[in-house]
Parts: sequence; structure tokens; C-alpha cells
Amino acid sequence: MANIQEIVGKQFPEVTFAQGETLELTVPDASWHALAAKLHKEFGFDNLRALIGMDWGEELGIVCYLVNSRTYEMIRVKVSTANREEPFLHSITDLYAVAGIYEREVYDFYGIKFIGNPDMRRLFLRNDWVGFPFRKDYDTNPEVNPVRLDHEETEDTTVTYVEDADGKIHAEERVIFKPEDFVVNIGPQHPATHGVLRLRTAVEGEEIKKIDLYLGYIHRGIEKLCEGLTYPQTIHFVDRLDYLGALINSHCVCMCVEKAMGIEVPPRAKVIRVIMDELMRINSHLLAAGTFCMDLGATTMLFYALRERETILNILERTTGARMTFNYNVIGGVRQELDENFVTDVKALLEIMPKAIKEYNKIFTGNVIANNRMNGVGVLSEDDAVDYNITGPSGRATGWNYDVRRAHPYGAYPEVDFEVITRTEGDSMARFKARMSEMEQSCKIIAQLIDKIPEGEICAKVPKIIKLPEGHWFQEVETGKGAFGCYIESTGTTSPWRMKFNSPCFCLAGVIDHLTRGQKIADLITIGGTLDYIVPDIDR
Amino acid sequence: MQDLSFITGWIDSFLSTTCGLAPWLTITIECVLIGLGLLLMYALLALFYIYFERKVCAAFQCRLGPDRVGPKGLLQSFADMFKMLIKEIIPLNRVDKFLFGLAPFLVILASMLSFAVLPWGNGLQVIDFNIGIFFLLATSSIGVLGILLAGWSSNNKYTLIGALRSGAQMVSYEISISLCVITMVCLAGTMSVSEIVAQQANGWFIFKGHIPAIIAFLVYIVAGTAETNRGPFDLPEAESELTAGYHTEYSGMHFGFFYLAEYLNLFIIGGVAALLFFGGWMPLHIAGWDGFNTVMDYIPSIVWFLAKAVAITFIMIWFKWTFPRLRIDQLLSFEWKYLMPLCLVNLVLMVIVITTGFHF
Repeated sequence: MANIQEIVGKQFPEVTFAQGETLELTVPDASWHALAAKLHKEFGFDNLRALIGMDWGEELGIVCYLVNSRTYEMIRVKVSTANREEPFLHSITDLYAVAGIYEREVYDFYGIKFIGNPDMRRLFLRNDWVGFPFRKDYDTNPEVNPVRLDHEETEDTTVTYVEDADGKIHAEERVIFKPEDFVVNIGPQHPATHGVLRLRTAVEGEEIKKIDLYLGYIHRGIEKLCEGLTYPQTIHFVDRLDYLGALINSHCVCMCVEKAMGIEVPPRAKVIRVIMDELMRINSHLLAAGTFCMDLGATTMLFYALRERETILNILERTTGARMTFNYNVIGGVRQELDENFVTDVKALLEIMPKAIKEYNKIFTGNVIANNRMNGVGVLSEDDAVDYNITGPSGRATGWNYDVRRAHPYGAYPEVDFEVITRTEGDSMARFKARMSEMEQSCKIIAQLIDKIPEGEICAKVPKIIKLPEGHWFQEVETGKGAFGCYIESTGTTSPWRMKFNSPCFCLAGVIDHLTRGQKIADLITIGGTLDYIVPDIDR
Repeated sequence: MQDLSFITGWIDSFLSTTCGLAPWLTITIECVLIGLGLLLMYALLALFYIYFERKVCAAFQCRLGPDRVGPKGLLQSFADMFKMLIKEIIPLNRVDKFLFGLAPFLVILASMLSFAVLPWGNGLQVIDFNIGIFFLLATSSIGVLGILLAGWSSNNKYTLIGALRSGAQMVSYEISISLCVITMVCLAGTMSVSEIVAQQANGWFIFKGHIPAIIAFLVYIVAGTAETNRGPFDLPEAESELTAGYHTEYSGMHFGFFYLAEYLNLFIIGGVAALLFFGGWMPLHIAGWDGFNTVMDYIPSIVWFLAKAVAITFIMIWFKWTFPRLRIDQLLSFEWKYLMPLCLVNLVLMVIVITTGFHF
């Protein structure tokens, strides 16, 4: 770290450093791209984990979390502009592929235009939306943005901002689909998009030429809503992001707040949280496998997977009282004591699971048609996974050995022994098999903890009014889909100044176009199914 | 073995002799009666299949299936049929109205015509002439026209892709089916349906023709599944890719026709397989076991035929609920690279077996 400070400081004297949770670099926009290139090439910060738009009142800007994909080291870079009327920043899309979609999100909500980003359209909101809603001075008057009853025109062109030699910025029009392209709308209402996601797909016969992603059909503005709520109130929202990782998401937010307040969670709560997380992960993978098989036409497999999922939901229901949005994690621990039969129920589940996984493999994984459909379809290379920030089972299927539980252990994970499943093929089959193996590992983790749940408090003593000190915190957890991050920036009040949920599915959606080029229409379904994105997590 | 032609004979003599009607009038009345009978049978079979498939797939999937309407849910498909009948047929803008309306009728016409050729029982056959099986192949091919028209006239990209897939698929797999049929026709030495059945009185063709017949049967079942657009070959209506494929835009009874035709085509494929390989309505006879054979003869021939056809379709339903779907390129290369060459080789093999007299 000191090394970075020294070398970067020499080349970029304008960069200022600060040491918080991670090393923080504040850089003016003029040298931002050059700095990013240097960090990427020389220090191996090749993974852009998060790009968060910010409105600091006076200034607009972005906060980037960069990760070294080998050492898992993380740094934070802050770039800002004082021009609120025509804010421009330089894009880093050429260095980090995932920046393309992240920057579009920032443009949509903060109106910051990125010079060099090939596609500067709105991402979530309608084309005719007035203003940028995440700005602190946004006009929420319903007359400005009434509920529009006319349908949104689909545009076949986009705009990109180019800077010429003497620093002048001008807009250039770029064509997405030519008039002669045969464009099929897959979604927003479509059985295989697992939610309301719209993929405008240009096809040539059965072959996919290009996919243009349309998001925002179920965007609820949760991050904006959080800015007006107290911290305990924000937690239940994250259950509604990736609803298959509800407990894991809320675990993340709780940990972030606990970190900021310096609350030590009792050991019993830590273990309960991890067991719940792993149950949730099995649940998520089961549904992913089941619905994926149904998309491929093997309906029976779905019911086999749902059968085991039902057992898990019953266990969760008996303790938390809910089957979907649990609202179980609270700041300092968990809300309720475990159900009296929890341990026996979980043990019964652990008995069933190995047999069930064997059965899944028998009915589906070994099937010759399934193999033909998945082998070599949608191959993602390890470099691409890092570049597109594909974490979770989909990322590990490429060989990128990144698992937050191992890279930055939290909760009770340091105490348990488990294997980080990696595969090398990177195709749909590898992603599918990675999930199957991860369920086994989750069972292994639960088996180690279930007999050793410590006695004691389930929740630490926390103040009645939760007020975070001034500062910013970023916490990550491993959900069933990948690394889920929670970013809180606080000004010292009871509600956050900015709360950002960095969801893995957003990046998964961003890689669809890259993976499906030149594949068949049917492969789009295979790829989408094995990437396993959940739309509420994309549209937060 | 009772001959069911006494029923038809009785009706004929009742009309012409007892009522003293003119021959043309007798024939007209008989045709109408037969048409009604076929339609009734057609509808009942479709309803049976809807119920049967639901129950079978429920059993595969650890579910119960329909069990609320009527005892054991037996009236469920009747309820569904009435629902379908009273549903509105939604008119759409910008479709080719004539072709859009015509397509479901073409599909149902094709399966009804093929339906008529099947040998229902001893003496129960509607059309019996010297090229019966050829007629069946010809009429069942009309269906693809209906599907192509449905996809094209709907003015929808999903239906168009579905229809094109379907066209490619059905035309390809028809070749395999035809080659399998030709192989069996070689063994029978006739194209007449009643003759083919009669030849199997002392042993079903699957035993008589041994190896080539078994190969032909296996290929026929695979190709037949593809021909009916059912899983794992249900690409034309792959719901996860194309919502509902070629019939996405259809509603009410227009959709009902496609739905009906799908199940009836399933039955026809099963029926033709029973006809060509399992002796049509012929009971199972084992040479030398006279007692056994007499018992078998007591089972009515129509029951034999239906049981065989349903047993074969059960296998096809089993396919559907087990296997994932193929991709279009895999589907076509499977046909053109494997099934069709195999069929051609099998045809040659059958000819060799017949010429050397190496069959039973």
C-alpha cells in the first residue's frame, strides 16, 4: 500500500491519499484515466468492483472500488467535478469492460456524462425523464415527471461524447441497430428472462448478432428511498433485491452498519447468520438449477429441485416466520431465537441433500442432450470474468478463484473449513456444475456449525437511536449470485447520505451481449439461465 | 376373434333393405354417420390424452395432477374443453386474416384425414384402399403447411421463427418416417392397411422382421416425436425461447385446434407404430399356446389397437417429461447426419433380409 502511495504520488503529484478502511486516492478528472491505467497495468487492480455515483452537495462525482484479482487487495478512488450544469468525467470503459454499464447507471441518476463511453443513454429511466433523481437538488414535483401514459419510443441510436485534441467535447451519434436488422424483442414479459428484463436481440436466422439491454422495468429506487430512512428501516429493503439471497443481503447491510458503529456481534448470532446464509445459498442454487432446466425443456427437474427447496423454506419459516422476505437480520445480531426443532430439521436436510444432488445429476447433468446444450456454450474466459466483474459461481467457473468468504472472511466463516469451487472451462456446463458442487460445500459448512451453535445472546446491545459517525464504509458478502456490496456514506445523522447496493446480477446482465454474440437464440436461454441473474437485483 | 363388421353390415342392411332407401341416400347417410363417429372419437381421444398426459407427468414430477373436477379429476379435460369453446377468439390487427383463420383448420384437417385411415378394429376401418399407408403419409404432411401459414400470417417475429423452425424440422423428420414406413412396407409387400394387419396374424412385424424392424421402430418413435413437435423436439413452440412459437397469437378455439391436433397427432403416430410394428388390432398370439391365444382372442380388437397405441404414446410422453430440448442445429444434424443414413442402411438391410428369406 505504501508502495502505491509512493509511486503514484511521484507520477501524479495532484493525487491526494487518505487511509480509511482502504487506501483512498482522490484524483482530479484530468488525470483520472491515466491513473486508472497505471493502477490497472502496474499494480494489478484489474477488477472494478463498484463504481458509485455521488452527489456531495457542492460536487458531483464517482467513487470507484478497485480490486486486485490475485491478492484481493482493494483501493478506493474518488473523482469529482464541480460543474453541476454540464458535468463531464472521463470514462474508463476501455480499461474495465464493466464500467460501461456502471457509468450508464451513474449518468441516469446523476447526469454525469462520461467522455469516451460508447453508449450514453439512460439505463433504467425512460428516455423522456426530466432531471436526474439521485441528485440532492432533484425536483420531485410530480408535475415534472408525471406518470406517462404514452409508450416509450425505442431508439436505434445512441450518443457518445468525444474529446478532441484541444479539449473540446462534442456528441457523436452511434448506431445500435441498422434498419435492415431483424430485431426480436425478448422481454420484458418473457418466460426465460426470469423477471422483467428486455433484450432487444438482432438475429440473423437463428444466430444472435447483437443484444441491447433495457433495464428498469421494476426499478424501485431503493437506494434513493434509503436516504430518507433510518438505518434499521433500510434493512428490510435489501430482502427485496435478490430475493433468493435475502438473508445474505441483509447480513451485508447489518455488518456494514455494525462496522461503522463498532458493534461486536455475539458469537451465537454470528453462527446463526452463517447457517442461514448457507441455507439461503442452497435455496438460491436449487432454484437456479431448477428453473434453468425448465428453460431447457426438462420440466421434471424443476419439481425435483423445488421439493428440496420446500424443505429449506419450511426450516426458515419456522424460525423467521417468512418464506421469502425474512427481515431476520437486525443491527447487532438476529431478530428471533432459533426454532426449537431447528437443529433436527437442518440435520434432516443435510441427510437428504447428497442423495438429492445425486438424483439431479442422474436426471439432468449426465443427459446427452443437456451436455450438448451446455458444453462450450457461452464460454467466459477468466480475464473476461475479471474485466466484466463476474463474481460468484459464474466467475469461479472460469477459474477466477474469488470468493468473498475466503478473500475477506466475515462472520463465522474463518472458523469453518470449506473448499472454494473453481472450474476452468468457463462454459455453461461449468457454471451449472459449479452450483451443484457449491451446494455440497454449503452442506459441509452447515454440518460443521450446526452442532456447535454457541449459547448466549442473539443480539448485541445497540443504542435505541442508531447514528453513524461521519465517514464511508463498504462491506461485501458472497451471495448465491456473487459478491454483493453495501456502501454507506454518512454525514453523522440517523439516515445515510448515500447508500448503494452493489449487486452481482447487474454485472451478470452486463455480460450477456458479450457472451451471446454469434450463438443461437436457444443459447441465449442457456447462457441467461446459467448466469442466473435475478431482475430485482439488477433493478434496485 | 369377433369381426366387428357385423355392426356396420347391420347398419347398411337396415338402411338399404329395412328402410328401403336408394343406394345414393344410404351411402350419404353412412358417410355422415361415419364422419360424426370420427369426430366424436377424435374429441374423446383428445380429452383422454389431455387427462392422461397431465396425470402421467404429475406422477413423474411428484405431484398429484388434476384431482378436483369429478372423481379423480376425470372431468377436468371436459371442463377445459368447455372453457376453450366459450373463449373469445381475439381479432388482431395487421394479420393476414384469411390465412390466419385458415391455418388451424389445415392443421386439424391433416390430422383428421390421417385419423380416418387407422385400422380401429377387425372390420372397423373407414378408408381402406391399396395405398392406404401412402395416403396417410401424404395427408399428415399437410399439417406443416398449416403451421407455416400460422407463423407467417400472425405478423409476429416469434411466430415466424417458430414456424420456420417447425417447417425445417417437420420436413426433415418426415424423411425418416417415410423411410421407416417403406422399410416395413417392403416386409409386408403391400401398402394396404388391412393387408398389413392381416399379414401380422401369425406374428407381429417387430418379431417377424427382427433386427431391421426393431431399428425401424426405434427411428420411427424418435422421428415421430419430432414430427408431432413434442419434447425434446418441441422447438417450434419452445416456450422459454419463443413464448408459444407459431401459435402465440391464437386464442379461443383457434388455439384449441392446434392443441387438439397436437394430441391427436401423438395418437396417430402411436397408432401407425401399432399398425406397422405391433400388428394393428391383431391380438398377441404365441405359436403353440392355444389356450393363451384363445384368451387373447376374447379381448375385442378395438381394445387391442387402442392399448397398443396408448402404450407407445406413453413412451413419447415419458420422453417429453424427461429430456431437455435440443437446439435447432443439433436437431437438424441429428436427422440429416444420423437418422436418415441409418434409415437408408436399414432399408437395404431389410431388403437383404427379405430376399434371403431370413425373416420369420
